[in-house]
Amino acid sequence: MSETALYRPALADNQANAEVLARPGIKVTRAGPLARFVFRGDAAAAGKAGGAFGAALPVAPLAANAVGARAALWQGPDEWLLLARPEADGEQAVDMLARQLAGEVAAALGDTPHSLVDVSERNVALLVEGAGAADLLNAHVFLDLSPEAFPVGTATRTLFTKAEITLWRLGDEAFAIEVWRSFAPYVEGLLIEG
Amino acid sequence: MLLIHCPCCGVDRPEIEFRHGGEAHIARPADPSALDDHQWADFLYMRSNPKGVTAERWRHVHGCGRFFNALRDTVSDRFLAVYRTGEPRPDLDAASTGMEGGK
Ligand SMILES: [Zn+2]
Repeated sequence: MSETALYRPALADNQANAEVLARPGIKVTRAGPLARFVFRGDAAAAGKAGGAFGAALPVAPLAANAVGARAALWQGPDEWLLLARPEADGEQAVDMLARQLAGEVAAALGDTPHSLVDVSERNVALLVEGAGAADLLNAHVFLDLSPEAFPVGTATRTLFTKAEITLWRLGDEAFAIEVWRSFAPYVEGLLIEG
Repeated sequence: MLLIHCPCCGVDRPEIEFRHGGEAHIARPADPSALDDHQWADFLYMRSNPKGVTAERWRHVHGCGRFFNALRDTVSDRFLAVYRTGEPRPDLDAASTGMEGGK
């Protein structure tokens, strides 16, 4: 199961909608809302941002660093996706956390050149779990998802057939798909088709 | 499917994650206003299009997003070398004997 406290199933009032797919050996769930940012800057800026955000921004390619309900995913040599889950449920809590984090990161950066963009509502996350998770994903993702080539903790942008996603391996049999909101029905549909 | 080695990510990735970015090492003229129309058109449009080894820009658009350069044989479609933007074009002997290019 997920080795991060970041993702949990969508909110209680949406519980009926949270399940996308449940078959023997495979479960696909919509995750609840998160505060999300795209951070861009050099190594010095990334160092300061990590301190303020609560999870260091990894320097190694394709790495993700999850600390509690925060995670920083390497997207490129000067680009990271920052994810944070609020303590409380609800969109309002996400909004408040996003404002708070934006303020804290901006304060820590000061005059250091950087870019911090709130993309909380741009993405949604799908959790793909079970013994068949890698096989199901490989119907649409063109990467070698064997544990040797794609170990736990790997995160990368890639393609899911025609939709760009960020794929993050949370565990041996658990993946998160971060996908732009308008592409989510396409991705879900293809996952259901198998 | 062709696998291309991204020097930034350090891994081989499927061709569809990449975009071709045209011939590499085309330097923008330092003083464009000193050029006549013919020379400017040369810079803008004229490319070498060789049969054999060519140096090209590629972008890992559905990955790290970065541009890099590659030596590719236009006859075999084989990638002979990849190198980061700003690095000099590798010499071919080195390229053919051990560069970890895409396959
Ligand atoms: Zn790359």
